[in-house]
Amino acid sequence: MEKFAIDNMNLYYGKFHALKNVNLHMEQNKITAFIGPSGCGKSTLLKSLNRMNDLVEGCKITGEIKLDGEDIYGNMDVNILRKRVGMVFQKANPFPMSVYDNIAFGPRTHGIKNKKELDRIVEESLRDAAIWDELKDRLKKSALGLSGGQQQRLCIARALAIKPEVLLMDEATSALDPISTGKIEELCLKLKDNYTIIMVTHNMQQALRISDNTAFFLLGEMVEYNSTDAIFSAPQDKRTEEYITGRFG
Amino acid sequence: MADKSIKTDMNDVKEIRAINRVSFKQRMISYKRKPLSLLMLIIVAASAAISAAALIFIMVYVLIRGIPNLTPDLFALNYNSDNVSCMPSIINTVVLTLFTLIIAVPFGVGAAIYLAEYAKKGNRLVKIIRTMAETLAGIPSIVYGLFGMLFFVYALNWGYSLLAGAFTLAIMVLPTIMRTTEEALITVPDSYREGSYGLGAGKLRTIIRIILPSAMPGILAGVILAVGRIVGETAALIYTYGSATGYAANPLSSGRSLAVHMYVLTNEGLHTNQAWGTAVVLLVLVFGINTLSAFIAKKLGNKKG
Repeated sequence: MEKFAIDNMNLYYGKFHALKNVNLHMEQNKITAFIGPSGCGKSTLLKSLNRMNDLVEGCKITGEIKLDGEDIYGNMDVNILRKRVGMVFQKANPFPMSVYDNIAFGPRTHGIKNKKELDRIVEESLRDAAIWDELKDRLKKSALGLSGGQQQRLCIARALAIKPEVLLMDEATSALDPISTGKIEELCLKLKDNYTIIMVTHNMQQALRISDNTAFFLLGEMVEYNSTDAIFSAPQDKRTEEYITGRFG
Repeated sequence: MADKSIKTDMNDVKEIRAINRVSFKQRMISYKRKPLSLLMLIIVAASAAISAAALIFIMVYVLIRGIPNLTPDLFALNYNSDNVSCMPSIINTVVLTLFTLIIAVPFGVGAAIYLAEYAKKGNRLVKIIRTMAETLAGIPSIVYGLFGMLFFVYALNWGYSLLAGAFTLAIMVLPTIMRTTEEALITVPDSYREGSYGLGAGKLRTIIRIILPSAMPGILAGVILAVGRIVGETAALIYTYGSATGYAANPLSSGRSLAVHMYVLTNEGLHTNQAWGTAVVLLVLVFGINTLSAFIAKKLGNKKG
């Protein structure tokens, strides 16, 4: 089933044409990976999906982006959109508060006040993010004292706590060691039963390992979009082939 | 040999000659090669020593002159021209500080939130406000006193009063609070804002729950600076708060703050010893307020951490 539909989308930062006529339809309960060299616009596209680009001054978007057939740049409330489309950032960004409060921030934002309910959500989210066992005795401790890998999984748990339908991951493992990366990849594979995951990655092995579909971007253009197997075994475009075989980028 | 050095027995640690330790001799050799850096070291070390010495000298001097004059009379509940009690002034100073902060902090912090979080970057209005705040922060306090006298005391007909004094001082410390708060807000990492917005939190919630708590130590530093100026102020108060010797029991009654009290005592020349005693009290009061603020800052820090 189709989750996100991007049609004839263009994005400008001031005069710079960052994304050129992108058409991309992404499926539900699948992992879609965006690959491409730095500056190709893949992160920019990701941030357009939950309107984080609204925060960037001088950013203009044309075209259409639909979530379940509903125009996200239309009448949809942006805070509701971001509740439905959660995000994990490149650099782990836990808030300077306790582990518990970090997770509970989202649910509290959306009106859950009941202590028991919050306790349940915190435990469930941390379990889903495969970090409950490590953190269950440190819920009241500051999240800033955790290791980099733990912080990133905490941020995933925080995103899961608001029960999003889609999870956007912006190079979420690029700053982590291989073991933490492995844990997060495993996690993604587990999560896709219930969530739609869209990830930006610089690591082509990662895209190959866990994604179902892959889109290749170059200089603001979406060059090729297909099942990951097809992209990596039989790329249609010469530029895709050159990139995945490491001849440029 | 190699085996011995790997041992980490506590007894051995002392005997280890760490090669990364810079000896005095090595340092001298490197200074010989670069005499300018030795000169730099001497200049900054001397500056630090002189600054510290000046501060310590004043403190010790005040304490030596003042402590012998800390008689029970000085703390009598009511002032008369015999005991020149500073008790009313202590209470008045605390009340004045609270009133001033109650007026200045909401406006100062509010304005800073607007400048840092809402106003567009490069907005002309913002630049004008910033320049004005910087100018206002540097104006001699007597100018504020004069304005307070003309506006609050006469035009609004509040007379010499707690209200007139507090409003005058509030205007005086407003730029300080505004600027330090704005700096504190700007240093909050954008990743916190992104994280909060990304979870569907609105601007208001992001500011109240995430940004302000993170900026709290910086904001409190500004408030402490403001408290210092309020407690130490005389020129702006003499013609607004006045120098009545009793307790300022209601917002429209006059009183004297501790600093004004000291000024009057010194000015009259009859109670110089008591003025020294009062100076010790002022010193302790400022120290106390700063310690309390640091404690509050730590408490708030713990709460979020």
